[in-house]
Amino acid sequence: MSALKDAGHLFRFAGLFLLAFLAFLVIRHFVVPKSFGQYGHYRAAAIGEIAAHPIKFAGHQACEDCHTDIQDIKKAGKHAHVNCEACHGALADHAADPASVTPVKPDTAVLCVRCHATSAAKPAGFPQSTPHSDAPCQTCHNPHSPAIDAGGAK
Amino acid sequence: MNLSRRHILILLPAAAVAWKSVLAGTPEESPNYKMSDHWWSMLIDIPKCIGCGNCVRACQTENDVPDGNFRTWVERYHVTDENMVSPEVISPDGGKEGFPAVEADKGKYFFVPKMCNHCADSPCTQVCPVGATFVAPDGVVLVDQKYCLGCAYCVQACPYGCRYIHPVKKVADKCTLCYHRITKGLTTACCEACPTGARQLADLKNPNDPIHAFLKTHSVQVLKPQMATGAKVYYNDLDGSVR
Repeated sequence: MSALKDAGHLFRFAGLFLLAFLAFLVIRHFVVPKSFGQYGHYRAAAIGEIAAHPIKFAGHQACEDCHTDIQDIKKAGKHAHVNCEACHGALADHAADPASVTPVKPDTAVLCVRCHATSAAKPAGFPQSTPHSDAPCQTCHNPHSPAIDAGGAK
Repeated sequence: MNLSRRHILILLPAAAVAWKSVLAGTPEESPNYKMSDHWWSMLIDIPKCIGCGNCVRACQTENDVPDGNFRTWVERYHVTDENMVSPEVISPDGGKEGFPAVEADKGKYFFVPKMCNHCADSPCTQVCPVGATFVAPDGVVLVDQKYCLGCAYCVQACPYGCRYIHPVKKVADKCTLCYHRITKGLTTACCEACPTGARQLADLKNPNDPIHAFLKTHSVQVLKPQMATGAKVYYNDLDGSVR
Protein backbone atom coordinates (compact mmCIF):
# COMPACT_ATOMS: atom_id res chain seq x y z
CA MET A 1 0.00 0.00 0.00
CA SER A 2 2.99 2.19 0.55
CA ALA A 3 3.44 2.57 -3.21
CA LEU A 4 -0.01 4.25 -3.54
CA LYS A 5 0.44 6.36 -0.41
CA ASP A 6 0.84 9.59 -2.32
CA ALA A 7 -1.17 8.53 -5.39
CA GLY A 8 -4.03 10.98 -4.81
CA HIS A 9 -2.71 13.45 -7.40
CA LEU A 10 -2.50 10.64 -9.95
CA PHE A 11 -6.18 9.81 -9.48
CA ARG A 12 -7.14 13.49 -9.77
CA PHE A 13 -5.14 13.64 -13.01
CA ALA A 14 -6.80 10.48 -14.30
CA GLY A 15 -10.20 11.98 -13.45
CA LEU A 16 -9.31 15.08 -15.45
CA PHE A 17 -8.37 12.88 -18.39
CA LEU A 18 -11.63 10.97 -18.14
CA LEU A 19 -13.60 14.22 -18.06
CA ALA A 20 -11.81 15.54 -21.13
CA PHE A 21 -12.47 12.26 -22.92
CA LEU A 22 -16.17 12.41 -22.07
CA ALA A 23 -16.31 16.02 -23.24
CA PHE A 24 -14.67 14.88 -26.49
CA LEU A 25 -17.30 12.18 -26.96
CA VAL A 26 -20.17 14.60 -26.28
CA ILE A 27 -18.83 17.29 -28.64
CA ARG A 28 -18.10 14.67 -31.28
CA HIS A 29 -21.67 13.40 -31.03
CA PHE A 30 -23.05 16.82 -31.87
CA VAL A 31 -20.42 17.92 -34.40
CA VAL A 32 -20.08 14.82 -36.59
CA PRO A 33 -23.05 14.45 -38.98
CA LYS A 34 -25.32 11.46 -38.33
CA SER A 35 -24.62 9.73 -41.64
CA PHE A 36 -20.83 10.20 -41.56
CA GLY A 37 -19.12 6.83 -41.96
CA GLN A 38 -22.17 4.92 -43.14
CA TYR A 39 -20.51 3.92 -46.44
CA GLY A 40 -17.01 5.23 -45.84
CA HIS A 41 -15.13 8.24 -44.55
CA TYR A 42 -17.73 10.75 -45.75
CA ARG A 43 -21.23 12.04 -45.10
CA ALA A 44 -23.60 9.55 -46.76
CA ALA A 45 -26.44 12.08 -46.78
CA ALA A 46 -24.46 14.14 -49.33
CA ILE A 47 -25.24 11.49 -51.97
CA GLY A 48 -28.97 12.12 -51.64
CA GLU A 49 -28.47 15.88 -51.65
CA ILE A 50 -26.52 15.73 -54.93
CA ALA A 51 -29.11 13.37 -56.46
CA ALA A 52 -31.87 15.86 -55.57
CA HIS A 53 -30.55 18.66 -57.85
CA PRO A 54 -33.14 19.74 -60.43
CA ILE A 55 -32.68 18.66 -64.06
CA LYS A 56 -32.53 21.10 -66.99
CA PHE A 57 -32.44 18.71 -69.97
CA ALA A 58 -35.69 16.76 -70.11
CA GLY A 59 -34.24 13.86 -72.09
CA HIS A 60 -35.38 12.79 -75.58
CA GLN A 61 -37.92 10.32 -74.20
CA ALA A 62 -39.92 13.19 -72.67
CA CYS A 63 -39.93 15.03 -76.06
CA GLU A 64 -40.94 11.96 -78.04
CA ASP A 65 -43.87 11.22 -75.74
CA CYS A 66 -45.73 14.25 -77.16
CA HIS A 67 -43.99 15.16 -80.44
CA THR A 68 -44.60 11.86 -82.22
CA ASP A 69 -45.04 13.63 -85.61
CA ILE A 70 -41.51 15.08 -85.45
CA GLN A 71 -40.18 11.75 -84.27
CA ASP A 72 -41.66 10.09 -87.37
CA ILE A 73 -39.91 12.58 -89.68
CA LYS A 74 -36.67 12.32 -87.74
CA LYS A 75 -36.34 8.57 -87.61
CA ALA A 76 -36.48 8.28 -91.41
CA GLY A 77 -33.59 10.72 -91.93
CA LYS A 78 -29.93 11.28 -91.20
CA HIS A 79 -30.68 13.01 -87.90
CA ALA A 80 -32.46 10.00 -86.44
CA HIS A 81 -29.91 9.65 -83.65
CA VAL A 82 -29.51 13.34 -82.85
CA ASN A 83 -31.43 13.99 -79.63
CA CYS A 84 -33.96 16.83 -79.66
CA GLU A 85 -32.16 18.92 -77.06
CA ALA A 86 -28.85 18.71 -78.93
CA CYS A 87 -30.28 21.47 -81.16
CA HIS A 88 -33.23 22.86 -79.18
CA GLY A 89 -31.34 23.23 -75.90
CA ALA A 90 -32.38 22.34 -72.37
CA LEU A 91 -36.18 22.13 -72.15
CA ALA A 92 -37.09 20.42 -68.88
CA ASP A 93 -39.21 23.50 -68.00
CA HIS A 94 -41.20 23.08 -71.20
CA ALA A 95 -41.60 19.32 -70.63
CA ALA A 96 -42.90 19.96 -67.12
CA ASP A 97 -45.35 22.67 -68.20
CA PRO A 98 -45.82 22.68 -72.01
CA ALA A 99 -48.68 25.19 -71.95
CA SER A 100 -46.88 28.09 -70.32
CA VAL A 101 -43.25 27.58 -71.43
CA THR A 102 -42.85 27.99 -75.20
CA PRO A 103 -39.39 27.12 -76.50
CA VAL A 104 -37.63 29.52 -78.88
CA LYS A 105 -36.90 27.99 -82.28
CA PRO A 106 -33.15 27.76 -82.88
CA ASP A 107 -31.61 29.92 -85.61
CA THR A 108 -30.46 27.55 -88.35
CA ALA A 109 -27.83 30.07 -89.53
CA VAL A 110 -25.97 29.45 -86.28
CA LEU A 111 -27.12 25.94 -85.57
CA CYS A 112 -26.27 24.03 -88.76
CA VAL A 113 -22.73 25.35 -89.20
CA ARG A 114 -21.85 24.49 -85.62
CA CYS A 115 -21.65 20.86 -86.69
CA HIS A 116 -21.49 20.99 -90.48
CA ALA A 117 -18.99 23.80 -91.26
CA THR A 118 -16.10 22.44 -93.31
CA SER A 119 -12.89 21.82 -91.39
CA ALA A 120 -10.06 19.40 -92.07
CA ALA A 121 -9.97 18.71 -88.32
CA LYS A 122 -13.29 16.86 -88.43
CA PRO A 123 -13.57 13.14 -89.15
CA ALA A 124 -13.48 12.76 -92.96
CA GLY A 125 -16.75 10.83 -93.15
CA PHE A 126 -18.76 13.53 -91.40
CA PRO A 127 -20.95 15.61 -93.79
CA GLN A 128 -19.41 19.08 -94.09
CA SER A 129 -20.29 22.05 -96.24
CA THR A 130 -19.76 25.76 -96.81
CA PRO A 131 -22.84 28.01 -97.29
CA HIS A 132 -24.01 27.41 -100.87
CA SER A 133 -27.05 29.70 -100.99
CA ASP A 134 -28.20 33.06 -99.62
CA ALA A 135 -31.38 31.45 -98.32
CA PRO A 136 -31.43 30.05 -94.77
CA CYS A 137 -30.59 26.34 -94.60
CA GLN A 138 -34.14 25.26 -93.72
CA THR A 139 -35.51 26.66 -97.01
CA CYS A 140 -34.25 23.50 -98.70
CA HIS A 141 -33.25 21.22 -95.83
CA ASN A 142 -35.72 20.07 -93.20
CA PRO A 143 -33.60 20.16 -90.03
CA HIS A 144 -35.34 17.03 -88.76
CA SER A 145 -34.51 15.10 -91.94
CA PRO A 146 -31.97 17.14 -93.88
CA ALA A 147 -31.65 15.31 -97.22
CA ILE A 148 -32.98 17.61 -100.00
CA ASP A 149 -35.42 15.04 -101.37
CA ALA A 150 -37.00 14.85 -97.92
CA GLY A 151 -38.46 18.37 -98.47
CA GLY A 152 -38.06 21.79 -96.90
CA ALA A 153 -38.96 23.21 -93.49
CA LYS A 154 -41.58 21.46 -91.44
CA MET B 1 -28.92 -15.76 -21.19
CA ASN B 2 -25.66 -15.58 -19.37
CA LEU B 3 -23.44 -12.85 -20.81
CA SER B 4 -19.98 -12.52 -19.41
CA ARG B 5 -18.33 -9.13 -19.21
CA ARG B 6 -15.99 -10.26 -21.98
CA HIS B 7 -18.94 -10.89 -24.34
CA ILE B 8 -20.58 -7.60 -23.53
CA LEU B 9 -17.35 -5.75 -24.31
CA ILE B 10 -17.16 -7.52 -27.67
CA LEU B 11 -20.80 -6.83 -28.54
CA LEU B 12 -20.82 -3.19 -27.47
CA PRO B 13 -18.95 -1.72 -30.48
CA ALA B 14 -21.03 -3.79 -32.90
CA ALA B 15 -24.22 -2.51 -31.29
CA ALA B 16 -22.89 1.07 -31.51
CA VAL B 17 -22.22 0.71 -35.25
CA ALA B 18 -25.66 -0.79 -35.84
CA TRP B 19 -27.35 2.01 -33.88
CA LYS B 20 -25.40 4.61 -35.87
CA SER B 21 -26.73 3.33 -39.17
CA VAL B 22 -30.26 3.27 -37.75
CA LEU B 23 -29.89 6.92 -36.77
CA ALA B 24 -28.45 7.84 -40.17
CA GLY B 25 -31.43 6.52 -42.11
CA THR B 26 -31.22 6.03 -45.86
CA PRO B 27 -29.42 8.66 -47.96
CA GLU B 28 -31.00 7.64 -51.25
CA GLU B 29 -33.41 10.16 -52.72
CA SER B 30 -34.70 8.15 -55.66
CA PRO B 31 -36.83 5.23 -54.55
CA ASN B 32 -36.19 3.17 -57.70
CA TYR B 33 -32.44 3.55 -57.64
CA LYS B 34 -30.17 1.18 -55.76
CA MET B 35 -26.53 2.26 -55.58
CA SER B 36 -25.15 -1.25 -55.26
CA ASP B 37 -26.68 -2.23 -58.63
CA HIS B 38 -24.53 0.21 -60.63
CA TRP B 39 -20.92 0.92 -61.48
CA TRP B 40 -20.93 3.96 -63.74
CA SER B 41 -18.44 4.79 -66.46
CA MET B 42 -18.30 6.70 -69.74
CA LEU B 43 -17.32 5.69 -73.24
CA ILE B 44 -15.82 8.32 -75.55
CA ASP B 45 -15.56 7.42 -79.22
CA ILE B 46 -12.81 9.68 -80.62
CA PRO B 47 -13.56 9.05 -84.36
CA LYS B 48 -17.12 10.28 -83.81
CA CYS B 49 -16.26 13.58 -82.12
CA ILE B 50 -16.66 16.61 -84.43
CA GLY B 51 -15.66 19.26 -81.86
CA CYS B 52 -19.00 21.11 -81.91
CA GLY B 53 -18.87 21.92 -78.19
CA ASN B 54 -22.46 20.81 -77.53
CA CYS B 55 -21.33 18.75 -74.52
CA VAL B 56 -19.49 21.69 -72.95
CA ARG B 57 -22.48 24.02 -73.29
CA ALA B 58 -24.94 21.37 -72.11
CA CYS B 59 -22.81 20.66 -69.03
CA GLN B 60 -22.58 24.35 -68.16
CA THR B 61 -26.36 24.74 -68.50
CA GLU B 62 -27.28 21.59 -66.60
CA ASN B 63 -24.89 22.13 -63.72
CA ASP B 64 -24.63 25.96 -63.54
CA VAL B 65 -20.90 25.74 -64.15
CA PRO B 66 -19.42 29.26 -63.85
CA ASP B 67 -17.85 30.82 -66.96
CA GLY B 68 -14.17 30.03 -67.26
CA ASN B 69 -14.49 26.75 -65.35
CA PHE B 70 -15.23 23.42 -66.95
CA ARG B 71 -16.54 20.09 -65.77
CA THR B 72 -15.98 18.85 -69.29
CA TRP B 73 -14.07 20.39 -72.16
CA VAL B 74 -12.84 19.43 -75.63
CA GLU B 75 -9.24 19.56 -76.84
CA ARG B 76 -8.11 19.52 -80.44
CA TYR B 77 -4.84 17.78 -81.19
CA HIS B 78 -2.69 18.44 -84.23
CA VAL B 79 -0.07 15.75 -84.65
CA THR B 80 2.56 16.01 -87.38
CA ASP B 81 5.65 13.96 -88.18
CA GLU B 82 7.80 16.59 -86.45
CA ASN B 83 5.85 16.78 -83.20
CA MET B 84 4.66 13.27 -82.45
CA VAL B 85 5.66 13.58 -78.80
CA SER B 86 4.36 17.05 -77.96
CA PRO B 87 1.64 17.88 -80.47
CA GLU B 88 -0.12 21.21 -80.69
CA VAL B 89 -3.22 21.15 -78.46
CA ILE B 90 -5.86 23.87 -78.40
CA SER B 91 -9.08 24.27 -76.43
CA PRO B 92 -10.46 27.80 -76.94
CA ASP B 93 -12.87 28.48 -74.04
CA GLY B 94 -12.99 24.72 -73.47
CA GLY B 95 -14.21 24.21 -77.03
CA LYS B 96 -17.55 25.68 -75.94
CA GLU B 97 -18.13 27.50 -79.23
CA GLY B 98 -16.40 24.96 -81.42
CA PHE B 99 -12.99 25.27 -83.07
CA PRO B 100 -11.58 27.46 -85.84
CA ALA B 101 -11.75 25.74 -89.23
CA VAL B 102 -8.52 24.42 -90.69
CA GLU B 103 -7.44 23.71 -94.26
CA ALA B 104 -6.19 20.24 -95.13
CA ASP B 105 -2.63 20.29 -93.88
CA LYS B 106 0.18 17.92 -93.07
CA GLY B 107 -0.39 15.75 -90.03
CA LYS B 108 -3.66 14.75 -88.47
CA TYR B 109 -6.28 16.42 -86.34
CA PHE B 110 -8.64 14.89 -83.81
CA PHE B 111 -10.78 15.99 -80.89
CA VAL B 112 -10.49 14.64 -77.35
CA PRO B 113 -13.36 15.41 -74.96
CA LYS B 114 -12.12 15.43 -71.37
CA MET B 115 -13.97 15.09 -68.09
CA CYS B 116 -13.65 13.53 -64.64
CA ASN B 117 -12.53 9.92 -65.07
CA HIS B 118 -14.48 8.79 -61.99
CA CYS B 119 -11.47 6.75 -60.92
CA ALA B 120 -12.02 3.67 -58.80
CA ASP B 121 -8.77 4.45 -56.92
CA SER B 122 -9.05 8.21 -57.21
CA PRO B 123 -6.09 10.31 -56.10
CA CYS B 124 -8.40 13.26 -55.34
CA THR B 125 -10.45 11.47 -52.69
CA GLN B 126 -7.34 10.08 -51.00
CA VAL B 127 -5.92 13.52 -50.25
CA CYS B 128 -9.08 15.12 -48.85
CA PRO B 129 -8.34 15.91 -45.20
CA VAL B 130 -11.98 16.09 -44.09
CA GLY B 131 -13.79 13.38 -46.05
CA ALA B 132 -15.62 15.87 -48.28
CA THR B 133 -14.97 13.96 -51.48
CA PHE B 134 -15.48 10.27 -52.00
CA VAL B 135 -16.23 7.46 -54.42
CA ALA B 136 -19.93 6.67 -53.97
CA PRO B 137 -20.95 2.98 -53.84
CA ASP B 138 -21.99 3.22 -57.52
CA GLY B 139 -18.53 4.38 -58.66
CA VAL B 140 -19.20 8.12 -59.07
CA VAL B 141 -16.68 10.51 -57.50
CA LEU B 142 -18.64 13.23 -55.71
CA VAL B 143 -17.97 16.32 -53.59
CA ASP B 144 -19.91 17.06 -50.41
CA GLN B 145 -19.94 20.83 -50.80
CA LYS B 146 -21.33 21.39 -47.30
CA TYR B 147 -18.30 19.63 -45.85
CA CYS B 148 -15.57 20.91 -48.19
CA LEU B 149 -13.13 23.46 -46.74
CA GLY B 150 -11.90 24.65 -50.14
CA CYS B 151 -8.27 23.75 -49.39
CA ALA B 152 -7.82 22.63 -53.03
CA TYR B 153 -5.60 19.63 -52.22
CA CYS B 154 -7.86 17.60 -54.51
CA VAL B 155 -7.47 20.15 -57.31
CA GLN B 156 -3.72 19.54 -57.20
CA ALA B 157 -4.06 15.80 -56.78
CA CYS B 158 -6.20 15.15 -59.87
CA PRO B 159 -3.80 14.04 -62.62
CA TYR B 160 -6.39 14.96 -65.26
CA GLY B 161 -7.03 18.56 -64.15
CA CYS B 162 -10.74 17.91 -63.74
CA ARG B 163 -11.38 19.86 -60.53
CA TYR B 164 -11.59 23.56 -59.77
CA ILE B 165 -12.53 25.79 -56.86
CA HIS B 166 -15.98 27.28 -57.46
CA PRO B 167 -15.39 31.05 -57.66
CA VAL B 168 -18.54 31.90 -55.66
CA LYS B 169 -19.01 28.94 -53.31
CA LYS B 170 -15.23 28.67 -52.66
CA VAL B 171 -15.43 24.89 -52.49
CA ALA B 172 -14.20 22.13 -54.79
CA ASP B 173 -16.41 21.46 -57.80
CA LYS B 174 -16.28 18.81 -60.51
CA CYS B 175 -18.26 16.56 -62.83
CA THR B 176 -20.87 14.55 -60.90
CA LEU B 177 -21.55 12.36 -63.95
CA CYS B 178 -24.92 14.18 -63.75
CA TYR B 179 -25.68 12.17 -60.62
CA HIS B 180 -29.07 13.92 -60.32
CA ARG B 181 -29.95 12.57 -63.79
CA ILE B 182 -28.50 9.07 -63.84
CA THR B 183 -30.22 8.24 -60.54
CA LYS B 184 -33.52 9.14 -62.26
CA GLY B 185 -32.87 6.88 -65.24
CA LEU B 186 -31.76 9.69 -67.58
CA THR B 187 -28.40 9.95 -69.31
CA THR B 188 -25.92 12.75 -68.58
CA ALA B 189 -26.44 16.21 -70.10
CA CYS B 190 -23.31 15.85 -72.28
CA CYS B 191 -24.49 12.51 -73.68
CA GLU B 192 -28.00 13.88 -74.23
CA ALA B 193 -26.61 16.84 -76.20
CA CYS B 194 -23.92 14.99 -78.19
CA PRO B 195 -25.20 14.91 -81.81
CA THR B 196 -22.95 12.08 -83.00
CA GLY B 197 -23.09 9.65 -80.08
CA ALA B 198 -19.39 10.20 -79.36
CA ARG B 199 -20.16 10.04 -75.64
CA GLN B 200 -22.06 7.22 -74.05
CA LEU B 201 -22.87 6.73 -70.40
CA ALA B 202 -22.25 3.10 -69.43
CA ASP B 203 -23.07 0.95 -66.44
CA LEU B 204 -20.44 -1.75 -66.01
CA LYS B 205 -22.64 -3.68 -63.58
CA ASN B 206 -25.48 -3.95 -66.09
CA PRO B 207 -24.83 -7.13 -68.12
CA ASN B 208 -27.04 -5.81 -70.96
CA ASP B 209 -25.13 -2.55 -71.36
CA PRO B 210 -23.67 -2.28 -74.91
CA ILE B 211 -20.32 -1.25 -73.39
CA HIS B 212 -19.38 -4.88 -72.75
CA ALA B 213 -19.60 -5.78 -76.45
CA PHE B 214 -17.84 -2.52 -77.35
CA LEU B 215 -14.90 -3.13 -75.00
CA LYS B 216 -14.46 -6.62 -76.43
CA THR B 217 -14.29 -5.52 -80.04
CA HIS B 218 -12.50 -2.14 -79.99
CA SER B 219 -9.09 -0.69 -79.15
CA VAL B 220 -10.03 1.08 -75.95
CA GLN B 221 -7.81 2.72 -73.37
CA VAL B 222 -7.95 5.12 -70.44
CA LEU B 223 -5.93 8.29 -69.89
CA LYS B 224 -2.66 7.99 -67.92
CA PRO B 225 -2.97 4.26 -67.21
CA GLN B 226 0.53 4.34 -65.68
CA MET B 227 -0.89 6.28 -62.73
CA ALA B 228 -3.08 3.32 -61.73
CA THR B 229 -6.04 5.55 -60.92
CA GLY B 230 -8.61 2.99 -62.05
CA ALA B 231 -10.00 5.56 -64.51
CA LYS B 232 -13.44 4.65 -65.86
CA VAL B 233 -13.68 6.97 -68.86
CA TYR B 234 -12.85 4.70 -71.78
CA TYR B 235 -11.52 6.22 -75.00
CA ASN B 236 -11.95 4.38 -78.27
CA ASP B 237 -9.17 4.79 -80.84
CA LEU B 238 -7.14 7.17 -78.67
CA ASP B 239 -3.91 8.43 -80.23
CA GLY B 240 -0.72 7.69 -78.30
CA SER B 241 0.18 11.39 -78.21
CA VAL B 242 -2.76 12.24 -75.93
CA ARG B 243 -1.67 13.07 -72.39
